[in-house]
This record gives sequence, structure tokens and C-alpha cells, in this order.
Amino acid sequence: MPDMRRISVRVNGKDYDREVETRLTLVDFLRHELRLTGTHVGCEHGVCGACTVLVDGISVRSCLMLAVQANGKSLETVEGLAPDARSLNPLQTAFWENHGLQCGFCTPGVLMTLTEHLRAHPDSTEAEIRDVLSGNICRCTGYEGIVAAALQAARLMRGEAAQPRGHA
Amino acid sequence: MTVAKAFGASVRRKEDPTLLRGAGRYVDDIHLPGMLEAAFVRSPHPHARINGIDVSAARAAPGVHAVLTYADLPDGMREPLEMLQPNPSIQQPFMPHILAKDEVLYTGETVAVVVADSRYRAEDAAALVVVDYEPLPAVADCLKAIEPDAPLTHADGTSNIAARMTLQAGDSDAAFLGAADIYKRRLSLHRGGAFFMECRGVVADWNEVLQTLTVHVATQAPHRLQRALLGLLGFRDNQVRVVAPDIGGGFGPKGPVYSEYIAVCAAAMQLGRPVKWIEDRRENFVATNQERDQSWDMEIAVDAQARILGVRGRLVHDAGAYIPWGVVLPWISAATVPGPYVVPSYKIDIVVALTNKIATTPVRGAGRPQGVLVMERLMDLVARERGLDPAEVRLRNMIRPEQMPYKVGITFRDGRPVTYDSGDYPACQRRALEIAGYGDFPERQAQARRNGRYLGLGISNAVEATGLGPYEGATVRVLTNGKIAVYLGASTQGQSHKTTLAQIAADHFGVDIADVEVTTGDTGMISQGMGTFGARIAVTGGNSVHMAAGEVAGKIKALAAQMLDLPESDLVLRGGRVEVAGLSSEASAKGNISGLGKSLREIAVKSIGQTGFAMPAGSTPGLESTAYFMPEQSAYSNGTHVAEVEVDVETGQVELRRYVVVHDCGRVINPMVVEGQIVGGVAHAIGNALFEQLVYSDDGQPLTTNFGEYMLPLADDVPHIEVHHHETPTPLNPLGVKGAGEGGTIAGIAAVIGAVENALLPFGVRIDEAPITPQRIVALIKAAGGPAARAGYGG
Amino acid sequence: MKPALFKYHDPDSLDEALALIGTLDEARVLAGGQSLMPMMNFRFVQPDHLIDLNRIAELSGIAIENGAIRIRAMTRQRDIEFSAEVARHCPILQAALLHVGHRQTRNRGTIGGSLCHLDPSAELVNCISVHDGARIEVRSRRGRRDLALTEFAAGFMTHSLAPDEIVTGVTLPLWGADHGYAFAECARRKGDFAVTAVAALIALDRGGRIARAAISVGGVTACPVRQAAAEQLLVGQEPDAEAWRAAAASLAFNNPLSDAYITAEYRLHLAEVLVRRALAAAADKAKQRRADA
Repeated sequence: MPDMRRISVRVNGKDYDREVETRLTLVDFLRHELRLTGTHVGCEHGVCGACTVLVDGISVRSCLMLAVQANGKSLETVEGLAPDARSLNPLQTAFWENHGLQCGFCTPGVLMTLTEHLRAHPDSTEAEIRDVLSGNICRCTGYEGIVAAALQAARLMRGEAAQPRGHA
Repeated sequence: MTVAKAFGASVRRKEDPTLLRGAGRYVDDIHLPGMLEAAFVRSPHPHARINGIDVSAARAAPGVHAVLTYADLPDGMREPLEMLQPNPSIQQPFMPHILAKDEVLYTGETVAVVVADSRYRAEDAAALVVVDYEPLPAVADCLKAIEPDAPLTHADGTSNIAARMTLQAGDSDAAFLGAADIYKRRLSLHRGGAFFMECRGVVADWNEVLQTLTVHVATQAPHRLQRALLGLLGFRDNQVRVVAPDIGGGFGPKGPVYSEYIAVCAAAMQLGRPVKWIEDRRENFVATNQERDQSWDMEIAVDAQARILGVRGRLVHDAGAYIPWGVVLPWISAATVPGPYVVPSYKIDIVVALTNKIATTPVRGAGRPQGVLVMERLMDLVARERGLDPAEVRLRNMIRPEQMPYKVGITFRDGRPVTYDSGDYPACQRRALEIAGYGDFPERQAQARRNGRYLGLGISNAVEATGLGPYEGATVRVLTNGKIAVYLGASTQGQSHKTTLAQIAADHFGVDIADVEVTTGDTGMISQGMGTFGARIAVTGGNSVHMAAGEVAGKIKALAAQMLDLPESDLVLRGGRVEVAGLSSEASAKGNISGLGKSLREIAVKSIGQTGFAMPAGSTPGLESTAYFMPEQSAYSNGTHVAEVEVDVETGQVELRRYVVVHDCGRVINPMVVEGQIVGGVAHAIGNALFEQLVYSDDGQPLTTNFGEYMLPLADDVPHIEVHHHETPTPLNPLGVKGAGEGGTIAGIAAVIGAVENALLPFGVRIDEAPITPQRIVALIKAAGGPAARAGYGG
Repeated sequence: MKPALFKYHDPDSLDEALALIGTLDEARVLAGGQSLMPMMNFRFVQPDHLIDLNRIAELSGIAIENGAIRIRAMTRQRDIEFSAEVARHCPILQAALLHVGHRQTRNRGTIGGSLCHLDPSAELVNCISVHDGARIEVRSRRGRRDLALTEFAAGFMTHSLAPDEIVTGVTLPLWGADHGYAFAECARRKGDFAVTAVAALIALDRGGRIARAAISVGGVTACPVRQAAAEQLLVGQEPDAEAWRAAAASLAFNNPLSDAYITAEYRLHLAEVLVRRALAAAADKAKQRRADA
């Protein structure tokens, strides 16, 4: 007999009421119940960071949380980052400018990690950024573009002029 | 308005906005009405006989719709899968069944598939399948496997040798007889797996009304799977469509036709409902092909000037239990060894060993990194034994640019003689060393040693076969609404094809890349295709787009010339129109000189003719062309990598301080994209050099089965990688491009290993293995009588 | 990798939790989930009942009382990491936490969860070990008892609690205001489990000699172990390289661990290296804090 619970969750500012199996993980809830498939599953044992979302502003591994544990909480996922359907936010724009993604699978998790981090530490150095990124694995980029994007985003968020890329 | 030339520019990617929004569509994002989910029952034993399977409890479990074993497969699916490339040297061509028939050959092999309402339920039921296994002796180590008394990998095998072959050029025996000096090196290399962030997956959708099977699958080679399914199902051509959605990394192992895809198709057709299977990470460790171990026993003969007279030896390659790729991998490894050096005589005996582990098929670099590591270790050995500068030894032996095209003397897997088409190896090395500060390094190294710190520098040169044939076609089409569409058969897993191919096409039509829509990986859009692997798409796909777009652009001009009653030579394509050269867009749009330009839309409408009217003389319907660029041979990229490390000799930990790459992939479509490929490849090489290892028990039980134990490089582990381009266009294709996807990995492992050994020179340590771990470094220093031994505490 | 079926309970008081734990069979307690959830996703553990402690407010909190720091079991590692009280009174916890997993795992992981999981190289457990007189509070419906770490740890990743007991807090007697501290660790990559880790506390007397030293080594044996011989050797010594070498040469371990990746020999070797480095760093820290005071 499945064990069911009713939960109310706010995701990217929108409220959802659902009945879920208590063993349903938070990432599966977001992806398959709410059809917010931007958050990805990479390992289901808390190492790769592809499933990173913000719960009450704090980054978590959504593969290691149960959906029922998000009851009454406010979540932010990658789908909530862009201000509207036509534009990207400064962090996303910085990724676009700096080739911060290739296959894009780790990207949502990376964006959420950096969203939390840059909100709290807009003055981050490269070393600090590499440090916080150690919880997100990327197999494509070698992290170069990601770090460059994060540094540019930090500058943008601090209100300094964006530095042009060194390419044509 | 003139459009800047897109080819050669670091334009932002067309793929990014969608992916950055989390709006990408990967296979697990696909939800179809009525869709069910599958889970596989897999062998827990490295080798066992199956005496019976009881699925009754599983079939009765909540939410279960079907449980299939070998016995439940349709007739056409009872035979083993087909080998990709047969070869006469193969003695025992073992290939897997779709679901195990009566013997399992590795832990993780598919035995049964459960289909249920959800993955959760499917896993619940899979745990209820009871298999009567009779464990059999198993063997894991490829060197042990080829010993005469080793347990047989396959119960009905005659030995554990799948194939033997020899690759040779020149007269090895004579060369070694006459040599001033011969140096030997035994190397053992491990390459691990691809470990893309997105695991494999498939959604099979059988449409009862149309009698068609649509397979959404994270594959690098959609047409390959389509051909396999057509063969197994005996369907008509239009009954199977394979579509690759967005894919989260491929790196090789998403290329093969896996048994799971076929089993899921069988289930979907049986149930009449879409079935999805997503590999989870635990499965990924035992169910996705890897590359693994190679054992090299090598000798190099040199003359008094340290010039190579010959290289010879033996390679034992761990193939796993099945050989879907035949002898391709070790062949590539052996063919890569000579690299950029003149090697007058060469002989490698290759033994392909069967072990009770999952099959080895290409992982980024596909055997080449191992070949490079072997040669670069030999060069460092010669330098060390002779007291020469390692860069000088390499330079002395390098093929000069004036020797191009250069015949190495051996045959490549494509059946052609290995012929380097172009490249300036000495210039690349010189430039890399200069940028890396090679001249100052001995002094810095000496100074550091005086302070008890150990710096090391490693050099690696690699030549890579890219742009493999036979082809990769492209269709270019201008629609009657004026939009431009490009279709490529091969799929994309992050290589930016949708941008780079748009760049090529955009220049032909004089438009912005935003006006070109590239669609990849759908067998319904183009009839023939090979796949994305081996750094081939820029060469094959790129040139096909170039040819097809050129053809369509030519047609546009011809038609426009007719419509405007002007000679073609007066016309130019720009800004989505055909205009008179020398007249600005503003002038021709003014209206009072209307008729001096046509939009692509108008020309496209004209091109399809008019109902009831004959087509204009000499024209064919539509603005469309399909081209298959067919390379005659591989195009050879090359690179020089220089790595600088610091080794903490007390703990053995290695820090990468600096990493410089000079890379030549011919003409560069998008420098930013190429750099991304190189940097990503180098990160993988760092993983192979220092971290990545799949450990098995002596009898083949995988022990490394999660990301805590299998260590992928993190952001802290990869330094800033400096990439510099060198361009020697290839004469082998119209665009002059060569591949760039694997170069970072191919040369990288040797550079890092070499740097670590260089740092430990004062201790007399030799590094003959990859990966090299801190624990091993401490042990090697101790064995050589170094500081660790002096500490006195050894436990 | 989906968890097997279970019945979920989320009590909002300690009493309710203890009642559940006291009555349900095959029950597991869910704290931060960073260790238990992976095991459940792999189906290595398949409890019939999951008792989620995350809604029990009274199980969280950091307080300084009677010369000790008391951290309740469900306090997030993140909160310890950013706590002003911890920074002031027990900074070695923050030094250690920088090595613990990653931002996301520290955001959810708890001190109680880490303690009960008892990974041999767990940094927080090592920090508990280095504090003389550390007490682990254990509660059940039957009452409360306090244990030393050596009583709490029964073996490799096994605690000695009865099935109806949970850890509710940890109390660490504080060292003086200008004590020196260091946490030195060797891990393969940032955030990985430590191969070997050393927690060191040093107090200097007025003359600058070592008045007191505590050394705990983790990752070598099933539970972090204090190095009594080395500690005693250091008392009264000048804090110099010779003292560190002597201390590092007198380490003792029972049954060092060995697995498919790391040998006992290498762990022992690292222990010696890291003890030297940690002691040097702790002594420097003590001098610096004294100078700043």
C-alpha cells in the first residue's frame, strides 16, 4: 500500500497542491509531477549537483530530499531565473557570453548554486567560486567557461561594467 | 547592410538560451500519454549460468504491466547483437543477447525487464524476480586472462583471446640489431569511463494507427540504431524513426546499440504503450561501456644522436566479455604511438583479451591517449637515460612540415595507410614551450627544490586522426517562408553543432546565424547517417553543409538571375535577399528601383513552380540540396601540451599549477567552441592521469560503483587552461577543417604524468602507470629510498 | 535508484518522536538525509518506517553554558559554520567544516546525523573526539543518558544506541580564549571523505611553552582516536619542529583500516605527516591569537 500525503509547495512564486507518495524524491516531484524538467537527475546519491535547487533560499540536493519535506516551503528552480520569456538574467547572460555550457545538463544545478552564492558573496574571487562549484560536476567544460561566467556575473551584479570577452 | 562573416567568429551559441532556462528536452523530460517505465534485472555475478527465471511474483506486483525475459522476446530478437566492425583477426566474435539467454558474462548484464506505472514500482517488482544463477569461475585482469590456466570468460570459449593482430612498418628486427641503445618500458594504463552527467535513456513509442515505431534515445548514432532495429524487426523503411533529443554528454559510450534499447522497443510494441527506460547512476557503472586497461611492454631503439630507429612491443587490451567494436580500439592505440615522430620501423603485437567485465568501446580519445602516453614516456626515458633535454629529444625526432603529406607506414582502422596530411609539429612545440616558460623552468625548479618544494613540467605531443569517414550528410533547404533549415543526421551532445553548422550555412546565404535553424539526429529528416564520434562532425557534417548550402545558394542566384533578368555575376546574397552587387540594400529596397532585388521567400516560392505550369527550363523543384561529403582519409589534427605541477612529496598530492595547449585543428569555425572542447578534453585527461579508476575484484566484481569512489575532476582540480590556436588548413576537404573534440584528452594524460615524473626526478622515481595516485607516489618515493622512508613511521 | 516503500512520520515534538521510535519496528530516523537518503536510494537500507526529525524545533540550537558549547543534534552544519558563538568559542568546528562535503550538503546535513553515521573520517566526530569531557546526549522514552564518544561508538560505522534511542545533542567543554587550533586533512578532492584527518588543540602557558595539547586522528581507525602518548610528550615543551616530530613519531593505532583504494600503510604515513602539520598550525594560531588579544 503506498503511503500518500497532501503537500503544498511554492515553486518560483507559484503555489502547487498535490497528493504524493511519501517516498517520492523532491527532484522527481519537480520533474514528473510538476513537469518542471529543468532540474536534472545525475546520480541520486548527492555528489554531482545536477539536481540543485533552492529551498527557502538555500541550495540543497533535491535528490536527497523527499517531496513531503518541501511541504510549506518556497522553492526556486532554474525555470524561475529568467525575468520573462524573452530575456535572461545577468547570470544566465554571463553563461551565454562565456561559453559556460556545452551539453547543458549540469547547467541548471550550477546556476542555482551560483545564484545562492553570488547573492551572499557578490565579491567572490576565482578561488572561492571554484570552491563553491566543487559541489557541481561538469564533464564537458573543464569549468573554464563556468568560472569566467560566474566572475562576469558577479561584476554585473555589483553594477560594474561587464568586461568584453577576449574573442572576436 | 553587410553581414559579418560567421565562419571563424566566436559567436554565442544558438543552443544556450533554451538550455539556460532549463527548457532543454532530454530524454527523461519526455512525457507521453500512457507512458510506462522500465527497470532492468541485471546479473549480480561476473559469470554464471542461468538455470531458470521465475517472474511470477514480479508480474503480480502492483502497477506492473509486463516482465520480459529472453523467452518473451519476439523471434527476430533472439540472436546476438551485431558487431560494428568485423575483422579477420577476430578468433572469437562474442556478442551479447538482448536479454541473457542462458549465461551471464559480467555483473550488470541484462537478464529481464520490468515495465510498470512508475520507475519506483518497476524497481519494486524487479526485486521480486527470482533468477537461479549457478556462479562460474570468472577472470578480471587482462594479463591473467591470457595465461594458459586462466578461468574461461565464456564457458564455451576456447580461450580468453578474442583476437590477435600485428601492426608493423619497416624492418623492426634489423633496426634493433643495429641500435646504439635500446630502452625498455612497461606501462599499465587505465582509462575508466565517460561518465556523462546524463545517463543513457530511451522512450519507445509504438503508434498502432500508423504502425510506426518512434524511438527517442540519447544516442550519438541514430541511424545506426535505426538500421539495427530494421534488421531485427524486419520493418519497412518508414516504420522506424529514431530521434535524438538534447543529450547530456556522449563522449563515446552513447554510440553503441545497447540491448536495453531493443528490449524497451520490444516491450512497447508488445504493450501498445510508450515505454521509457532511464539508466540510473548505479546502472551506469555496470551497464554502459567503458574503456579500461591496457598493458604495454615496449622497447625503443635509438642511434647515437637519440634519433629513433625503431619502436616495438606488445599491447594487451582488456576488451571485456563482448567485442562490439572488434579490434578497433587497440588498433587505434597502436596506430597512434608513432605520433609526430619519425619512426622508421615499428611493430606492435596486439592481444585482445576477454574478461568478465562489460565491453570496452571508445571513450573520448578512443585508444589514442594510451598510444600517446606510451610514446611520450619512451621519449622521456630516452632523454633521461641520455641526459638530454626532453624537448630537444622530441624536436630531433619530429616530422618536419616540409615532409607533409607524411606516410607513417602503417595501416589505420579505415583500411588506409596512415598519412598525415598537414601540420607543423615543431612550431607547435616551440610555441607551447615558449608560452609555458620552458626556458626559465630549470632555474625555477632548482630554486623550489632548495626550498623543499618539488615542481615538475611535462611535455606531450599528439597527432590525432579526425574526420573519420565514410560520411555524414546534410540537407539544406530554404522554405517558402524564407527560413533556412539545415538537417544533420548525427546527433549532438554539447559540441555546439547547431551553432557551428549555422555559421557555415549563414555565410553562403549572407544571413545572420539566427536565420538558420539546424536540426540534428533525426532519421526522419535525412536518410543516411553515421553518428557523432571520433571528432568527425566539423569535417564530415561541416563540409556537407558547405556543399549543400553552396548548391542551394547557387540555385538561388540562378533563379534570381532569371527573375531579375540580370547576369548571375551581378548578384550577391545578403541580408536574406538577392541583390545587385554594388547597390546598397537601402537603395534596392527604396521601391523606385524595385525589381533590383528579391527576397529568399520570393525566390523559394518561385522555385516550387506553379500549379498547371511547366517548370522553367533547366530548374528543379524547390531550394534544397542534400550532400554527403565523403573524406578519402582522416584529417590529422595535432597538439602540444605542457603541464606544470607541484608534488607534495610527504602526502603525494599533486597540484596542477599551469597548463598550456597549442592546438592545430586546421581552420577554426568557432574559436570559442574549439577552446571549450580542448579545455573539456584536458579536464578529462587530468581525471585519467590523477583520479579516475574503476576497481574490480579479482573475479570481476565491480567495486567502484558510485561517484564517491569514482573521482571525476572538480572545479578545484582543473587549473586555468591556456589554449592557443595554430592553423594549418587541411587540403583534404573544402573547408580546410580538422576535428577538435578529443585533442584535449589525447595529449593531456601524458603531459600530466610526465610532469609528475619530472617533479620526482630527484628521487629516481619512474611513473609507468595512469592514474598515478598520492598513495602510489608516496610508495614509489619510499621504494626509491626517498623522504617518506626517512620519516621512520611505516606501519 | 528509487527508495523502497516506507511509512513516513514527521513528528513536531521530541516526545512524539521518542514515542514513535519507541514503538515502531524497522524504523530509521531521518536527519539531514545526506547519508541516509543515498543509502535508501541505492536500497542498501529499506526501513518500514521513516521518522523525519526535521520539523522538531527543539532539536536545533547552539548555546554556550557552563564553560561548554552545547549543540543540539539537528543543528545544520551550515548553522555551525556561520555561528558567531562557534567562531568565538570553538573555532575548530568551523575549520573542520570547511572540509565537510559541499555547500549543499552542509546546508542540510546535521551534527547529529554525522555523529550517528560514524564514518571513520567524519570531521565533526573527530572534533568531538579532540575535546576532553565531550558528552553525547541520548534520549528515549525511558529517559536520558550521556555518553563519551568512546562509549557511543561501538565499531565500524556502528553506534551503541538501543533501537529506541536517539542523539539529542553534543556538549564540548571549551578551551581557553586564546587556545590554538587546527584541522589538517588529506582528501582526494575538495569535499571528499578524508583519507586521514587530524584535529589539534594547543594551549600555551605564559612562557610560551605547551601547557596542554589534544590530538585526535580520524580516518585511520574505525573511530577517531586520541593520541595520549603524543599529547603527554608535548606538555612543557617548546612549540617547535622537534616537538612536532617527536609527537608524530609516537602515534598509536589499533587495527588501522584498509580497503580497495587506500592501504593502512598510507593512512598511518599521512597521520604522521598531518600531526606534524596540524600541531605547527595550531601553535601558530595560539601565538597569533595571543598577540591579537
